[in-house]
Amino acid sequence: MVISRGFLGRRRDGDRGGRLPPGQYDVGDRFPVLSAGPTPHTPLERWDFTVEIGRQPAARWSWDEFQALPHEEISVDIHCVTKWSKFDTRWSGVSLDALIEAVSAPMAAFVVGFSDGGYTTNLPLADATGGKAWIVDRYDGGPLDPEHGGPARLLVPHLYFWKSAKWVRGLRLLDHDEPGFWETLGYHNRGDPWLEQRYSGD
Amino acid sequence: MDHIAAHRLDGNAAAGRLEDVFAVEITSVRATCNGCGATAAVAELTVYADAPGTVIRCPSCEAVVMRLAQVPGSTWIDLRGARTLQIPLR
Ligand SMILES: [Zn+2]
Repeated sequence: MVISRGFLGRRRDGDRGGRLPPGQYDVGDRFPVLSAGPTPHTPLERWDFTVEIGRQPAARWSWDEFQALPHEEISVDIHCVTKWSKFDTRWSGVSLDALIEAVSAPMAAFVVGFSDGGYTTNLPLADATGGKAWIVDRYDGGPLDPEHGGPARLLVPHLYFWKSAKWVRGLRLLDHDEPGFWETLGYHNRGDPWLEQRYSGD
Repeated sequence: MDHIAAHRLDGNAAAGRLEDVFAVEITSVRATCNGCGATAAVAELTVYADAPGTVIRCPSCEAVVMRLAQVPGSTWIDLRGARTLQIPLR
């Protein structure tokens, strides 16, 4: 924790101009919580993670099995469409590459992440693979807090943070795109903060 | 013009009706949840307003009843979660 605060504190004095996408501000040490619904509290013994092909389950991990998968340490900047950005957030999780490679889905061109509470978000496979997205279950050295999406959430830091679905329970591999919760309500289908793709039509 | 087409009008024909119902005191509108069938006044629904948009949920089952997003130049509204809206006329 001390190391992390020092790390964040040092960054505040330093050069961050090139790290802030257009229209964003640095939220500093705060971590705002934005919720579209009640926080689910799924017990770990009932939690599982599923990769579906179409609508058919193709692979499933219990919480313990998921913990045993190789985890990566990730330190990234995150950017919310409501205009805050947070630098040097530190996570631990399993890459989507590893999860998707566990099944055979040559038809897959798109991914939908689905969550407890019914939230969904869509990604082209190219944005979900290649070391660009993870299922994270630890933040800043500890378990991921439920209000931040624990037990586990998607982390897709190169896109606006609504793509990093909280409380994620699975991935659906599809041969077609299926826009998710915000993507069907006026928000951009891809959401690249560097291109300021906030709204449909941007 | 066939028989069906003669009855098919464009949206302008409903504009008066829609303006009657959309210019309402919305909190007194009663919405029936498409999930559980419970009915509540809009004022009694649960609102999550700090997400990118506004999510309005059923107080009985927490299903989404309405979603609104304010984007530049327009408001998007999704009413799929409302089976019906009962709107008192002034
Ligand atoms: Zn309900």
